[in-house]
Amino acid sequence: MAGYLQALAGGILVGLASWALFAGLGRIAGVSGILSTAWVRSEESPWRWAFLLGLIGGGAVFATGGAGLELAAPRPVGLMLLAGLLVGFGSVLGSGCTSGHGVCGLGRRSGRSLVAVVTFMATGFATVFVAASPIIPKA
Amino acid sequence: MMSKDVRMEMLRLLLALACGMLFAGGLVLSEMTQPARVLGFLNVAGMAQGPFPGRWDPTLAFVMGGAVLVTLAGFAWSQRRGATPWLAPVFSQPLRQAIDLRLVLGAALFGVGWGLSGYCPGPALASVLTAGPDVLYFVLAMLVGMALARRLV
Repeated sequence: MAGYLQALAGGILVGLASWALFAGLGRIAGVSGILSTAWVRSEESPWRWAFLLGLIGGGAVFATGGAGLELAAPRPVGLMLLAGLLVGFGSVLGSGCTSGHGVCGLGRRSGRSLVAVVTFMATGFATVFVAASPIIPKA
Repeated sequence: MMSKDVRMEMLRLLLALACGMLFAGGLVLSEMTQPARVLGFLNVAGMAQGPFPGRWDPTLAFVMGGAVLVTLAGFAWSQRRGATPWLAPVFSQPLRQAIDLRLVLGAALFGVGWGLSGYCPGPALASVLTAGPDVLYFVLAMLVGMALARRLV
């Protein structure tokens, strides 16, 4: 139960960060959108790089150092490359990821985002059912 | 003495930096930076293994629930009548409105990559400096995938 409360608290922090970016800059905290457009030179790119710096640097600063939950088997490099390609390509094609469509889009009550979330949850469930189940450790 | 414009831009950058850090802190605290947690959630078949929730890991639902509770209330309050952002002239709205094949196909491909790896863009970036080679490969390929999609569509 303590684990679930910790997860809820972490989620609230993610929600607060997303809300603050919207309340302050009027922008959606969608990580895939920010990352894929930061490279385009515009007056919008400085804040995007600042957000990415905070996300990458913050992740390193807060990292717990512990091994955490170990997967039951190592994963081939090719699998990680394929997964990264699909996530990058799909998030740009579908205009968002778990943050832009999930955290922000559902918060904005966007029908488009709801469709996206239901779709990527469904293919995520299906993919794990077919491909990844055996390496998942007991929670 | 800094001009008003320069000071405003500095404030904008500081806020974006702080939001990125807070976002990362939330992901680390909720353990969404650990692919095993995410894969455990996507593993719905685990529900059938033992008394509920079995081997299924509901953690991600608590994270998403907490985050969306905040954004539901916060976004509505921020956009109350006559309000503007603290540091910008207007709230920008996403350009695309249609629920079309592009949206569904993109989300579907995204979900497959997510299910193969347990990583999506936020957690991947938040752990790219500390979590070893797996996430590094993932992030490099993700950047290539993004660039491809931007060129092709």
